Amino acid sequence: MEKIGAILVIGGGIAGIQTAIDLADSGYKVYLAESTTSIGGVMSQLDKTFPTNDCAICILAPKLVQTGRHENIDILINSSIEKIEGTPGNFNVDLTQRTLLLDHNKCTGCGLCAQECPIEAIDFFNEKLSNIAAISVKFPQAVPLVFSINKEKCIGCGICKGICKAKAIDYELQNELISLNVGAVVLAIGFDEYDPTPLTQFGYGKHLNVITSIEFERILSASGPHSGLIIRPSDGIIPKKIAFLHCIGSRDRKHRIEYCSSVCCMYTAKEAVIAKEHMNIIEPTIFTMDVRAYGKDFDKYIERAKDEYGVRYIRRRISSIKEIPESKDLKVYYETGNGKIIEEIFNLVVLSVGMQPNHKAKELARKLNIQLNEYGFCKTETFAPVETSRPGFYVCGAFAAPKDIPETVIEASAAAGCVNVLLSEARNKLVSKKELPVELDVSNQPPRIGVFICHCGINIGGVVNVPSVVEYVKTLPDVVYAEDNLYTCSADTQTNIKEKIEKNQLNRVIVASCTPRTHEPLFQATIREVGLNKYLFEMVNIRDQCSWVHMHEPEEATAKAKDLLRMSVAKASQLIPLQEQEITVINKGLIIGGGVSGMSAALNLASQGFEVFLIEKEEILGGFANKIYRTLENDDIQEYLKDLIKNIENNQLIQVFKKAKINSISGYIGNFTTNVTYGNNNKNVDLEHGIIIVATGAKEYQPKEYNYGKDQRIIPQTEFENILFTTDKVKTLNSIVMIQCVGSRNEEHPYCSRVCCSEAIKNALKAKEINPNIEIMILYRDIRTYGFKEKYYNLARENRVIFIRFDEKNPPELNIKNKNLKILINAQDLGELEINPDLIVLSTGLVAPIKENEDLAKMLKVPLNEDKFFLEAHVKLRPIDFATDGIYLCGCAHSPKDLRESIAQSNGAAAQAVKILSAEKIVTSGLVATVIEENCIGCGSCLEVCQFNAIELIKTERTFEDITMTIKKSHVNPALCKGCGTCGVQCPNSTIIIKHFGFEQINAMISALLVQD
Amino acid sequence: MSVLISKEKKVKNKEFHPNILCFCCNWCSYAGADLAGVSRFQYPSTIRIVRVMCSGRVDPSFILEAFKDGIDGVIVTGCHIGDCHYLKGNEFARDRFERFQKTLKLFNLDKRFRLEWVSASEGKRFAEIITEFTNQIKELGPLRLI
Repeated sequence: MEKIGAILVIGGGIAGIQTAIDLADSGYKVYLAESTTSIGGVMSQLDKTFPTNDCAICILAPKLVQTGRHENIDILINSSIEKIEGTPGNFNVDLTQRTLLLDHNKCTGCGLCAQECPIEAIDFFNEKLSNIAAISVKFPQAVPLVFSINKEKCIGCGICKGICKAKAIDYELQNELISLNVGAVVLAIGFDEYDPTPLTQFGYGKHLNVITSIEFERILSASGPHSGLIIRPSDGIIPKKIAFLHCIGSRDRKHRIEYCSSVCCMYTAKEAVIAKEHMNIIEPTIFTMDVRAYGKDFDKYIERAKDEYGVRYIRRRISSIKEIPESKDLKVYYETGNGKIIEEIFNLVVLSVGMQPNHKAKELARKLNIQLNEYGFCKTETFAPVETSRPGFYVCGAFAAPKDIPETVIEASAAAGCVNVLLSEARNKLVSKKELPVELDVSNQPPRIGVFICHCGINIGGVVNVPSVVEYVKTLPDVVYAEDNLYTCSADTQTNIKEKIEKNQLNRVIVASCTPRTHEPLFQATIREVGLNKYLFEMVNIRDQCSWVHMHEPEEATAKAKDLLRMSVAKASQLIPLQEQEITVINKGLIIGGGVSGMSAALNLASQGFEVFLIEKEEILGGFANKIYRTLENDDIQEYLKDLIKNIENNQLIQVFKKAKINSISGYIGNFTTNVTYGNNNKNVDLEHGIIIVATGAKEYQPKEYNYGKDQRIIPQTEFENILFTTDKVKTLNSIVMIQCVGSRNEEHPYCSRVCCSEAIKNALKAKEINPNIEIMILYRDIRTYGFKEKYYNLARENRVIFIRFDEKNPPELNIKNKNLKILINAQDLGELEINPDLIVLSTGLVAPIKENEDLAKMLKVPLNEDKFFLEAHVKLRPIDFATDGIYLCGCAHSPKDLRESIAQSNGAAAQAVKILSAEKIVTSGLVATVIEENCIGCGSCLEVCQFNAIELIKTERTFEDITMTIKKSHVNPALCKGCGTCGVQCPNSTIIIKHFGFEQINAMISALLVQD
Repeated sequence: MSVLISKEKKVKNKEFHPNILCFCCNWCSYAGADLAGVSRFQYPSTIRIVRVMCSGRVDPSFILEAFKDGIDGVIVTGCHIGDCHYLKGNEFARDRFERFQKTLKLFNLDKRFRLEWVSASEGKRFAEIITEFTNQIKELGPLRLI
């Protein structure tokens, strides 16, 4: 059956958004079905994100806008799936789009209706902490920005209908059944927060000052119910003492929630830190079992929370909470080490609720014939982390397992990567590409500026005297045409603008309306359609900067609008057409590292028909996976590895270079050249390729601790694993001690290696299986079996593996007396213990190969983090790419991770790479810097500030009469330049032009700020 | 540059409506100003925003240019440190303007210039900063150059 180049993505949270963008950018049509009225998901509700404290909506909003205006993404809001039939590559989808009682194509999002609506409804976006109108938008940055009517609350008074200038409201609109034909389906339905009402001991829903972490998140938010002021529900007073309780609806077998929700430890630390940042008088206390800060740079965040912000951690699970009736304060009871019960009073208690399967998961799974796992999340396999049980259906994000945002984004790209493999033959079949007229040459024309001023219904016109602004603008120099529009952004106005441009021979256009952040691309596209270069456009924001912020001063607002327009006209007359660079792409990839990550990425690319060069420094492929036999879940790694290597070596499109060393890398996105020496005979070759994937992995820490290397009875986990899976030696042993965090979470390596807890438990279980009588003790600081791995922690305890916690300040000590091993440990709650094992197994961490990474980073011109792992472009939303375009990252080169996570990230890296490889040409922005060469003194100041390696000093020979000398000139590579403009300021000779934001343009605006007499 | 020396002349005129130039970066503070709008946070109509891609683009010469023209105050806003869309542009801005502030002090103009960080979610903060800076400029009175 013919494969369809379209994909249905179900769920418009960050997972669905990322998959949709990745696929739409790779030549597919995407339908993004969202159950609510806006995309954005839970991330849009968050205040900040860990571990960088980035503002969530700041980093999410550009993605929302990008999705909303992508020509190959159709967002289907308020919709639910009815059924999907067919085979992989060709599915028929039926979905229902529920009516909003207004036409979302007509609604301009002006918000007039909500201002006039007399009925209040609960604001679910604010977690019911505030009210909104019965006709409302989900949140201010919603995409699409359309209002919807709360059917249950609406009294049908008709006020909104009467006031809506766009005539969007129609109470009679019915639900719509939509049929789609797609090649693949991606499930990204996310999760539900756990509702702690059943845990009556905490009194949620009964005690006013017991709230959930997501409610607290809204309280923290500047756009939340109290504008970021932290006040408690009972009396609106700032709570001085706040208690955070971990593991609410997680790690709770009594309530049949066995798994760990993976994110709560970190978001709690973040909420505590942010609360403290907001109001210094707040004293946060976190009650916890284990602190699971297992991700990249997480442990450092926890340490900062403790040391810099004074967040108090108490390792206790709280048994109950009582409310003090008069003050509504809360009494919290917990036990100390010596069995004493302590009672402490808090002003507010925040329950760190876990992630539950989406309440719609079961029904959807039944409808779509998808298997769920034992906890109700989507079932996946270790070696195929984003594939569901139904071929052609993929999954990403929290629907597969609880996870944080970066991992969600990684999986979202991975899902796109797998869809690419399935549908590559149907690529570019259903995407639309506009044919545009040839650009007019306006270079010799004097400026002829046209100005279009928007009333935005009455949003602008209700305050600003728009007609008087139009009359004023007509008097300004170079303005040959000006008019006002009810809605400048509406479809009919676009036609009108085009007509006016042609009729009046306009060569510069200004729109005065709302924000260029959302609307500039629309108008740029409009003027381009009649042959004007899109950079001959300026936008003035007289809504957000005039009518809405000076609502009660119409004269001032009007005067300001005139000033802003005068400044804009001054700039517009200085605008010049800018050219976007087209770069031809070499559609071959270079992958550095032949471990599981590198090989997975290579196979993904090759199965779409792209040639791949795979660089491996060793003589064999497989990397670290060669040392491990089974996963925690008991999957056979060696079997998988054997298949993977066979597939790589048999693939005609993959060229493997073993014993290879990279000597140099030059070029830029689409056009790299890499020099490699390889093989036993040190052959040398120049490889040309369009992208690079870094998959260099990590290595095992070589312990200096515990007499390692001097006593054969002290071995690392990998060696123990080898013994377990290849010998019977364990049968002869009586007792084993495993020591966790050897070479992790210390001064030298202040991060968690993420995999060691699981490795220890896996090996302990295997040892118990071989020799049930063996005594195993695991000495640990925190057991970090996040997600579904928690099950095996419980299983180990059931199998009488003994877990003993020690404090970082008091690590276990080793004594060897009369050849007997003796471990002394100061155990929490148990006091001093002495253990005499036959074997000591060290859970050694993963470390970055420092020298190799530093050398490679220099050649790639990409950064490393403090621990010498590669540093991605953005910790939260760009975990796979580097800031330098065309270079991607996966596996343990990014940070320690397990096989499942490495495989996901490598498919994600492949998906990012395919965006470039599948394009014949890529276009870069015209907003770049350029150097006026004759004035450049070659000082190199600009190089120092450029974060994108876009500038190089080019040596040229110049002859002055008899003397020839070498001089240096800066050159900006427009393919690499991001247009920030920092170099232009740094240049001591002011000889770098920042296009569109140059000296002439900005100075023209400044000079026009005051009315010239 | 002696023309740029501001004469401290306190005008106790409540009607004084300062003209303030405000640079906003495209990614954070401009979005913060947008959110102030969407949220209808009211602030004095004293500022005129010039959008740039990054606070690192703002050349100190622009500020001098503004004062030379008689603009009463200049405020440059960008992403919080660590949040820069271009990784470090705001750090360069910070370093430059820390030095530049010393130069302005020589001309008695330092109180008329300010550098602030505003995130895309801080609409309220944007409004508050503008209100506060406006009051500060009002206190200083109109810029008089000798």
